[in-house]
Amino acid sequence: MNVGLNHFLIVSTILFSFGIFGIVTRKNAVMVLMGIELILNAANINFVAFARYGSFGYNGQVMALFVIVLAAAEAAIALAILLNIYKTFTTVNVDEIDRMKE
Amino acid sequence: MTESTLIKLAIVILFLPLIGFIIAIFFGKKVKYTYVLEVLTVGAAFILSAFLAYEKLTNFVDREIISEFTWINIGSVSIQLGMLLDNISVIMIFTVTLVSLVVHVYSVAYMKGDKLYGRYFAYLGLFTFSMTGIVFTHNFLMMYIFWELVGLSSYLLIGFWFEKKSASDAGKKAFIVNRIGDIGMFLGILILFLTYNTFSFDTIFSQISGGVLPFGTETGLTIAGLLIFCGAIGKSAQFPLHVWLPDAMEGPTPVSALIHAATMVAAGVYLVARVFTMLTGDALLIIAIIGGLSAFIPATIALTQNDIKKVLAYSTISQLGYMIMSLGVGAYVFAFLHLITHAFFKACLFLGSGSVIQAMHHEQDITKMGGLRKKLPFTYVTFLVASLALSGIPLTSGFLSKDGILAGTTAFASLTGHWLLPVAGFSVALLTAFYMFRLIILTFHSAPADQHKYEHAHESPKLMVIPLIVLSALSLFIWFTPNPLNPDAGAFLSKWVKTPEISVPENARYDFMNSAVAGESSHHEIIYSEEYTEALHGAHVPAMIISLIMALSGIGLAFLFYQYKKVNVDKLAEKFKPLYKLSYNKWYFDEIYQASFVAGTIGLSRLLAWFDNKIIDGIVNGSATVTKWFSNFSGTFDNVIVDGIVNFVAYFSGILGLVFRKFQTGKVQTYIVFVIFSIVILLFLFKPF
Repeated sequence: MNVGLNHFLIVSTILFSFGIFGIVTRKNAVMVLMGIELILNAANINFVAFARYGSFGYNGQVMALFVIVLAAAEAAIALAILLNIYKTFTTVNVDEIDRMKE
Repeated sequence: MTESTLIKLAIVILFLPLIGFIIAIFFGKKVKYTYVLEVLTVGAAFILSAFLAYEKLTNFVDREIISEFTWINIGSVSIQLGMLLDNISVIMIFTVTLVSLVVHVYSVAYMKGDKLYGRYFAYLGLFTFSMTGIVFTHNFLMMYIFWELVGLSSYLLIGFWFEKKSASDAGKKAFIVNRIGDIGMFLGILILFLTYNTFSFDTIFSQISGGVLPFGTETGLTIAGLLIFCGAIGKSAQFPLHVWLPDAMEGPTPVSALIHAATMVAAGVYLVARVFTMLTGDALLIIAIIGGLSAFIPATIALTQNDIKKVLAYSTISQLGYMIMSLGVGAYVFAFLHLITHAFFKACLFLGSGSVIQAMHHEQDITKMGGLRKKLPFTYVTFLVASLALSGIPLTSGFLSKDGILAGTTAFASLTGHWLLPVAGFSVALLTAFYMFRLIILTFHSAPADQHKYEHAHESPKLMVIPLIVLSALSLFIWFTPNPLNPDAGAFLSKWVKTPEISVPENARYDFMNSAVAGESSHHEIIYSEEYTEALHGAHVPAMIISLIMALSGIGLAFLFYQYKKVNVDKLAEKFKPLYKLSYNKWYFDEIYQASFVAGTIGLSRLLAWFDNKIIDGIVNGSATVTKWFSNFSGTFDNVIVDGIVNFVAYFSGILGLVFRKFQTGKVQTYIVFVIFSIVILLFLFKPF
């Protein structure tokens, strides 16, 4: 069986779907963040796959590297925010953090 | 003495009483002795009038002095105001100022103690001014203005004791009844003005004799003349507008003497005399008939009245009827003579009655008087002389004029066949003598009916007696003619007063009034046909004898009835009850007018009020209701439909808000789910791949 672009896309779609599923279903904010990481990585797979099978040169790989750096920074900031949320609300359950509604 | 000096004199005479009036009415409260001023101005006016009349009648006897100036210019029409001095106007002004002066002097004593003393004299001054204006005017416009002014002063003086309801009512009645006549006069003046574009007498008359007629026909001229005569009907209290004069006796007695006996009521006669030259035969005949009715009806009423002033009032109407009838039959000069003689003796009678009334402490009912001859000797003698004059007994002035009128009427009847006029005239002579002597016997001769009042009766002060003596002296023949049986012998008729030449076309005048042959008539004097001159000459002696018999039998009957009581008056009244009641109730004129005109007017007003209330107000109210209904509708529309839509939009938004609020959970995860579902849906909808 020859591995082609579609297989990569299927893998990334599955990964994206797990990410979404995690964001939507998990109550724990940390788990939501992990879902976001999954989505970012699904995007990375798409970038690289399109770079491999498309005619973009190495732009895709470069873009994936940017995303990884960005994801690291984002994770750091998000975890810092989470820590502050935890300090304020003594919970990281996203259902309970709904003050904006009021 | 030139003509212009005479005119200036006339203007001074005209304005003297006005000055007195203005000072008295505006400064009456500050100046205490306004009545002295009034008497002085009228006295001065009288002296000047006497001088003016003397000058005019000696040096300018054949001249008509006219002075006019243009008052208003409108396009081609110019309105002239001016003075006319001819013989009848100067004689008239002499009479007016003389009677006015006498009444002023009398009033000083009579009205003493009245709280409106000053105002009374102011009104008298206003009246004298207005009357002078009527006499001197040379045009219809001024005539009309002063005509209304005398009406006004008459109204003010009748209602002088306005606190008395009957007096203020009488004033209103006089004013309104006079208005009815004046409307006619105004229309007549308008017709003449539209035809001739001028108000001046001489221009109008010369145009009429030039053949210009209103509406181009003789009928037009007749109508114009009769309309002008309507003014005289009102002012001279002629049938059928005579009802105001008896009520006018509510005014002070000197006023009755001056205005409602001697001068103002004679203004109507003067007016007819002024326009005599333009009256057609038809108009004159109607005037004669109205005069005859006015002479006869009030004379019968006067028979049964018990109020001393009412008797004299009806007698005044009757005598004015004589004058009007006399003018109507063409006996112009005798009408004017009677106007003057009547002014003197009737003023004397009224002032005498005032003296009696004051002596009897304001009792006017003659059945409650009696025996006053001894208590009031001067009043009695003067009253008797004036009554003899009124009855037409020889040696008095009344005999001259009355005889002339009756002769003229008889001559007229013998030429035209209207015999009812002299019959009425002669029966009035009988009635007049009878009711005057009934009055005298009941007042002065018979036994006192009220002993208490009789005891307290006393002769009036000198200021009241002297006027009586003056006026009764003027009721004698000597002032008018040297021959007591022949009025023509005096200068009054032979030189001063001439029937004016008739200006109406020949086919419209009386047959016996010839037109002048060119060059023959020197003073614009009428030329009667030979038959008429003969008839008048022939009628003179029989008329004199018959009228004398009538007057004497009237006096004799009065003595039989009331002095010697040969006939029981009450039984006689019972016997002829319908006639008695007819006379006693004044022929029911007031009742008829009340039932017809007054009730008719009130009914019409009611109808109009009903129309206003129901129809006009109904329409207004109806439209109001419609508007209200429409407003209700549009209000409801606003409230229900428009507001409903707005409210519905709000409500709907609210519902939507309620629905969509559910989505706003504040939970990021829910939002993400929605976002993802939305994206999926959008992808399916738009199918980008």
